[in-house]
Amino acid sequence: MSSQAIDLRNIRKRFGPDEVLKGIDLSIRPGEFLSLVGMSGCGKSTLLRIIAGLESPDQGAVAIGGGEVTTVDPSDRNLAMVFQSYALYPHMSVRENIATPLRMRRLPMSARLPVVGGLFGTSKIRNAITEDVERAAGMLQIGHLLDRKPSQLSGGQRQRVALARAIVRSPAAFLMDEPLSNLDAKLRAHMREELVALHRRLGATFVYVTHDQIEALTMSDRIALMSEGRIEQLGTPDELYRQPATLTVARFIGSPSINLLPVDVDSAGEISAYGQALGLRSTGDSGPATLGLRSEDLFIATEGLSLHQGIAVKVLRSETHGADRYMTCQLLADPTVRVTVRQTATAKPGVATDGTVHLGFHAERAHLFGANDLRRPLTARERVLA
Amino acid sequence: MTALRKLTPHAVLALGAIVMLFPFYWMVLTSIRSPAEVFDISFWPIPKSFDAVKNYSQAAEQVPMARFMLNGVIVCLGILVMQVLTAVPAAYALAKLRFPGRRLLLSLVIAALCVPIQALALPLFVGLAKADLLNTYFAMMAPFLLSVFAIFLFHQSFRSYPNEIIEAARLDGFSELEICWRLVLRGSLPSLAAFTVFSLVAHWNDLYWPMIVVSDTNLAPPPLGMLFFADVETGANYGALMAGATLITAPMLVCFLLVRRHFIAGITMTGVK
Repeated sequence: MSSQAIDLRNIRKRFGPDEVLKGIDLSIRPGEFLSLVGMSGCGKSTLLRIIAGLESPDQGAVAIGGGEVTTVDPSDRNLAMVFQSYALYPHMSVRENIATPLRMRRLPMSARLPVVGGLFGTSKIRNAITEDVERAAGMLQIGHLLDRKPSQLSGGQRQRVALARAIVRSPAAFLMDEPLSNLDAKLRAHMREELVALHRRLGATFVYVTHDQIEALTMSDRIALMSEGRIEQLGTPDELYRQPATLTVARFIGSPSINLLPVDVDSAGEISAYGQALGLRSTGDSGPATLGLRSEDLFIATEGLSLHQGIAVKVLRSETHGADRYMTCQLLADPTVRVTVRQTATAKPGVATDGTVHLGFHAERAHLFGANDLRRPLTARERVLA
Repeated sequence: MTALRKLTPHAVLALGAIVMLFPFYWMVLTSIRSPAEVFDISFWPIPKSFDAVKNYSQAAEQVPMARFMLNGVIVCLGILVMQVLTAVPAAYALAKLRFPGRRLLLSLVIAALCVPIQALALPLFVGLAKADLLNTYFAMMAPFLLSVFAIFLFHQSFRSYPNEIIEAARLDGFSELEICWRLVLRGSLPSLAAFTVFSLVAHWNDLYWPMIVVSDTNLAPPPLGMLFFADVETGANYGALMAGATLITAPMLVCFLLVRRHFIAGITMTGVK
């Protein structure tokens, strides 16, 4: 029961004058790890809360496992949610925290009362709960922490307790709202792997909200990139990286961020930057456009290629990050435009700061965006170097 | 210089404490002095003739002190229980639920804080008289069963309870009432302690309202009982009077000392003073 599809149809939500969600359609497949990613304020958390039932949409429908749940209470949707702040019950021990969703579900109201609750003959149910709690705790390796209070745990341990509390009830899907944001960098990387392993092991539907594109790229089966209340692009991490559908997606995905050059498309479809033809063509309208080039798709044009007409830049800074070297350069034609070039640290030639070089690029991996920010078709002439 | 800077605040606070505590000291001192010494200017703590036994036994024998205390307990606990039962859900709704009119209701609560009981005394009295409820415990409790001060205090404290825990609880299947009583109030025990002290002290010491609605000695809470006592039985026996006053002050002192830690936490947490 732990992997259900979630279907969202035309979800709209308004808070006061701001329309936070402007008609979201999204089908989440059973057992899939789907990330909702975007800048803060893009509506991703609101969308997750609408799935959870913590907010109700102004318009549209939510269905879980085929059944519509738009007006169903959160507790009856059988979803588990993991929060950024962990949201553990502070006065309960770890054991009680993990047991709570089961107790609320399986024990009748009378047996949940403090003190007198134990008088009702429910020991069988209680034993089953104890077993389930210990199984969940074992899966997350927190068996030895069961009798502690949340305040006695580290951030990483609290996160594990929150996860145990989520998996203990075998929900229809897991909803996670930036669960790793409060952890330090090293622990975050580690928990990322664990979450992926957990997803694989449970085979459950995960909906994961994050503002961190690296998390989204490394963990997800599919990513829905949101911006200003809309889904900009839905696809696999590879598709978002290699085929960004809009300029927003291109800007958001990738680190360092994509290099953008202002270009012109003339009436023949020829693309030029600062009056210099780049050897690229596009179909459609002429006018200004933006060329997107990933840092690893740029390279220094060596003398041997006799590329006197590459993009001339001045090198401002060169940083070595272990295996990679990042060079920050400034266009000679327009000093306000900066580009970053990624090389392997051992690549030749190492260029001195303030030196002038010509950059080439892999044209088949260039991206062209029109004035409306949408992706435009791009073809390279035989010569791929500018 | 630094020593002076360190000591000055303490000196000022100590002076304040002396001003506050002195009347209590005087009360206790008078309660153990003989009538001849009551008007002495000296505040030396050891009286020339130690009359504590005489004064306290007189206070305990001549008036039904136990009866007064019991009345006080019934009235104070009745008020406190009803105040908490009504104020906690109201404060939770105002602090954590979104519904139309919430801001207006909150402003009304704050506005109601400014209305003194004296302003309402006449209509309340007439109402209770018409309903033939004068000289009952209910008459003494009725005006205080709903406390806007409690709503305000709990609202301030509940507001800081993390929303995510409440949301987690909703997903886990807690009802709103369970969230309110088992989680949110649980996280605000210091405020509950602070309010308990405020409420108990206010109503244990209240003379004004019981004097209006109760004339039966059997129903009198301690301060009203003491008033009857002072008028009728003792005349000018200040030693016995102060012994009685000491006896009725003591329970409040014990109550405060028991929850002192929570009380202080509750006040500093909610910004009420």
